[in-house]
Amino acid sequence: MGNITLKQVTKNFDGHEVIQPLDLSIENGEFVVFVGPSGCGKSTMLRMIAGLEDVSSGKIEIDGQDATETPPAKRGLAMVFQSYALYPHMSVRNNIAFPLKRTKMDAALIKDKVEKVAETLNLAAYLDRRPGQLSGGQRQRVAIGRAIVREPSAFLFDEPLSNLDAALRVNMRLEISQLHKDLKTTMIYVTHDQVEAMTMADKIVVFNAGNIEQVGSPMALYRHPVNKFVAGFIGSPKMNFIDIEETVEGQPVTCMGVRPEHLVLSDTAGTWKGKVGVLEHLGSDTFLHVDIPGVKLTVRADGNCPYEYGDEVYVSPIPNQVHYFDSIGNAVCNESIARTTASVSSISKTADS
Amino acid sequence: MRQAQLLRQKVLYSLLAWTVGIAIFFPILWTILTSFKTELEAVANDPSFLFFDWTLENYKTILNESRYFSHFWNSIVISLGSSVVGLLIAIPAAWAMAFVPNKHTKDVLMWMLSTKMLPPVGVLIPIYLLFRDFDLLDTKLGLVIVMTLINLPIMIWMLYTYFREIPSEVLEAARMDGASIGSEIVHVLLPIALPGIASTLLLNIILAWNEAFWTLILTAAKAAPLTAFIASYSSPEGLFYAKLSAASTLAIAPILIIGWFSQKQLVRGLTFGAVK
Repeated sequence: MGNITLKQVTKNFDGHEVIQPLDLSIENGEFVVFVGPSGCGKSTMLRMIAGLEDVSSGKIEIDGQDATETPPAKRGLAMVFQSYALYPHMSVRNNIAFPLKRTKMDAALIKDKVEKVAETLNLAAYLDRRPGQLSGGQRQRVAIGRAIVREPSAFLFDEPLSNLDAALRVNMRLEISQLHKDLKTTMIYVTHDQVEAMTMADKIVVFNAGNIEQVGSPMALYRHPVNKFVAGFIGSPKMNFIDIEETVEGQPVTCMGVRPEHLVLSDTAGTWKGKVGVLEHLGSDTFLHVDIPGVKLTVRADGNCPYEYGDEVYVSPIPNQVHYFDSIGNAVCNESIARTTASVSSISKTADS
Repeated sequence: MRQAQLLRQKVLYSLLAWTVGIAIFFPILWTILTSFKTELEAVANDPSFLFFDWTLENYKTILNESRYFSHFWNSIVISLGSSVVGLLIAIPAAWAMAFVPNKHTKDVLMWMLSTKMLPPVGVLIPIYLLFRDFDLLDTKLGLVIVMTLINLPIMIWMLYTYFREIPSEVLEAARMDGASIGSEIVHVLLPIALPGIASTLLLNIILAWNEAFWTLILTAAKAAPLTAFIASYSSPEGLFYAKLSAASTLAIAPILIIGWFSQKQLVRGLTFGAVK
């Protein structure tokens, strides 16, 4: 089992509240990703769940039992660190066997379990090497192996892919996702990379300045962000924000958000007229940075996009795919064609003026 | 042109380094040379550097007529004993300061170091009286205690600097893997910090071996180490330079040999944390 519940958990450092009272429920077998910018409290939260950091107030329950004061070793959780945190003086075999040895398990059984894990993670050939003789990806696999071998009730990952190069990161991302599918164990994964969050999570928890901004499935967060912060953080390239002043269904709206993939380009007609600035060719896609009066928009277009730097284009949002935010950044509404049309006409006026 | 200038600079610095090195080593060299001279040659007004009648007479006299090996044994017990006891205290202390610091850790470290700035004579009387009352005068145990206390701040500082270089995540991983604090220190921290612990041990052995102030004051005959043995050659009847030199050579030889073989380790230990 791996149900983890946080009840009104807070954390203070030198009188400064870095985690404000926070409630969260993680179900058994879920892959939950904590995402947010640096210093938002996501890693602190993970370390509190692990027991490596004290909780200032509130309660952490693991499988219905209060674990707030339980030492890390007794929580039945395993952690994979950003720096791998392997024991440099031990061979891969001993690194993986270390947690089992602490339980005074029979040596033959330890050997079997270590070899089985090494087989699963393609580490069998490296069992007698030291961590210093392995590549970054292999080291990360050893760290994962050390976590798996204990058969914990939940895995905690603290930015485990940050030290790897881009190609390896994609591979490891897939491997961890596959591992989750195979083990069906609860996983809590901390990252600042929203791509990792979107691709791996069953549930994303968006942190900002010690608060949870929104909890939901990746697509729910993408489609229905509750505020401007989540809207800007989830999705790549990030959402375009355009200042407007409009009343939508009786509510004052000060900002309109459109994702780059929800903007359409045209040579002849559209909502806004602008000039193509920098183009970023990714092969499959092209990101165009279009200057319209007063605003710079990012547009995701096809890889074969015919436009070049300096070209004049018309940009229009896809109806139904526009988000609105009030003066404090809360989402007002994001699904009405009528409202979209109303606002689009209003922004045209703003841009012209 | 530039290369010639670099070469000139290199030669100049090498020359300077050799001069300083020789100036520092010369008294030791002179002591060793004097130990092979006769008493007459040792005090000659026109001393000869190498061309004298080399003799082993002083060594024979010292080894036959004094209790060199007893002093030698005392030195070993005191220096090794104080170093091992010191390590047993310093390792957990340095672990706590490096991995579980609080806002007073820096102050505690500075305070410990400040005790090294206190002239030993300042605490001479209280320590002497305590030793007298606890029957520790002229005992190896007493000297082990004093040497441990004297060198403890340096040991903690050295280990603290070393431990700080070890990523705390490795210890946290051990904690997550089910290790107790003891097991975390023994199975993870100590093996990783072994080079640092070795250099701390070595330095402490050297410091304790060479310590003369407390050994001369707190010992008489039974527990006197080699430093007291050397001092015994300065008698009221006059100085026997050749014999004194032979005694000194015998006293410093073991530590000189250890120091020579472990100089790399020692330099690394002392400069750890200063350069990465």
